[in-house]
Amino acid sequence: MQTLQRTPLYERHRALGARMVPFAGWEMPVQYEGVIPEHRAVRGDAGVFDVSHMGELEVEGPRVHELLQSLLSNDLDKVEPGGAQYTLLTNEQGGILDDLIAYRLEPGRYLLIVNAANRESDFQWLKEREIPGSDVRDVSDQFALLAVQGPRSLERLGLDAAPPFTFAMQELDGVECMVNRTGYTGELGVELLVPAEDAVALWDRVLARGVVPCGLGARDTLRLEVCFPLHGNDIGPDTDAVSAGLGWVCALDKDFTGADELRRIKAEGPTEKLVAFVMEDSGIPRAGMPIAGGGRVTSGSHSPMLDRGVGMGYVPAGQSETGTELTIDVRGRDRRAQIVKKPIYKREG
Amino acid sequence: MAAPESYPEELRYHREHDWARIDGDEAVLGITWYAQDALGELVHYEPPEEGSTVTKDSSYGEVESVKAVSDIIAPLSGEVLEVNQAVVDAPETVNEDPYGQGWLIRIRLMDPSEAEGLLDVGAYRELLTDQ
Repeated sequence: MQTLQRTPLYERHRALGARMVPFAGWEMPVQYEGVIPEHRAVRGDAGVFDVSHMGELEVEGPRVHELLQSLLSNDLDKVEPGGAQYTLLTNEQGGILDDLIAYRLEPGRYLLIVNAANRESDFQWLKEREIPGSDVRDVSDQFALLAVQGPRSLERLGLDAAPPFTFAMQELDGVECMVNRTGYTGELGVELLVPAEDAVALWDRVLARGVVPCGLGARDTLRLEVCFPLHGNDIGPDTDAVSAGLGWVCALDKDFTGADELRRIKAEGPTEKLVAFVMEDSGIPRAGMPIAGGGRVTSGSHSPMLDRGVGMGYVPAGQSETGTELTIDVRGRDRRAQIVKKPIYKREG
Repeated sequence: MAAPESYPEELRYHREHDWARIDGDEAVLGITWYAQDALGELVHYEPPEEGSTVTKDSSYGEVESVKAVSDIIAPLSGEVLEVNQAVVDAPETVNEDPYGQGWLIRIRLMDPSEAEGLLDVGAYRELLTDQ
């Protein structure tokens, strides 16, 4: 049996009474008080997530920009030092090996924050493709990452507003952090990257500012409501970016791994599309449930904001229009759902 | 609001964390505090149809939280006389009051002697300490 890894905040989670679960090889808090109150805290005020299980790869050298331009789907020419970009690591078929955020630290130095489950495979993929003048290192163990999200997150932390997808080194109650204007909840917020040894101090200070500890359960319902794909569920090596609705992060005017295939899929039109849907009948869709007519649910749960079942899934492109009725096989029962425009949940006003 | 942990004396328990309140040839069924706590806040109750038959030790419905779905196991066999519509409409009622407003179905017992195979509160509490 493989032992699970623990983040520097493990003891803090236990002390708060978190329910711990295995996730991507890590023992992580799925909830403290409960998924629904934590979800509401993030939609209404501010919550903090320990996402230290995520991987950090540092890529450095005079030719690193050229290397990443050839391996990542989005166009890093648009990113200055101090900026960040959501992008995909793609294979030759245009499949998605990972989705990640690239932070440009210096002209020739990037930090890639990647999914925990893909950390090693991403590192291998990049390492095998290194060119002279580029060096890829897995620095994940050196860092902890806290996501502080919610409409009052900045106010709670005493931070000024800044444009999304930027970052800066800042001190927060005496702890030096890389403050990233990114997140996975659809709310205002930051992701704070700190040396692993500073994680406990930062966590305590964030909680002392009245931010609610939130687990991976709420992280999943929050991202689903705003239709952020989850790698391993909604996207993966066998799904391409165009079908997944991620064409907007693929710079098809440049060359990168799988670009030819993606250009072809775009020109011909994808055979299926990743859509969002809301249940009309009772019942909760779950990943893996069949959709009548040749589709499948890839993410499904109960939406705390809509108070009903919601999900995402692939359906044939010809049946992917907003408003289309779907029939989902919920453990042997046919339940109706309707395709909605993404995101499923949008803040009013 | 979640209820504090309790296991009423007058109920009979099934090892799959279900309870029965037996009254003559009828019984009201539900899930225990332990079961609702393990699941978390319930967001869906899939009940059996009134008039259908439930069978001891078999699933008669489902309860779901945000993260998980669980079969509900019948502690006794019988015909479904009534489904608690209040729980269908507001599943979190089970978390708030698992032995009262959060009951799930009322049945007419097929074989009242089946109750002899259920646990009393002491035996059920003992089972929980081994979980």
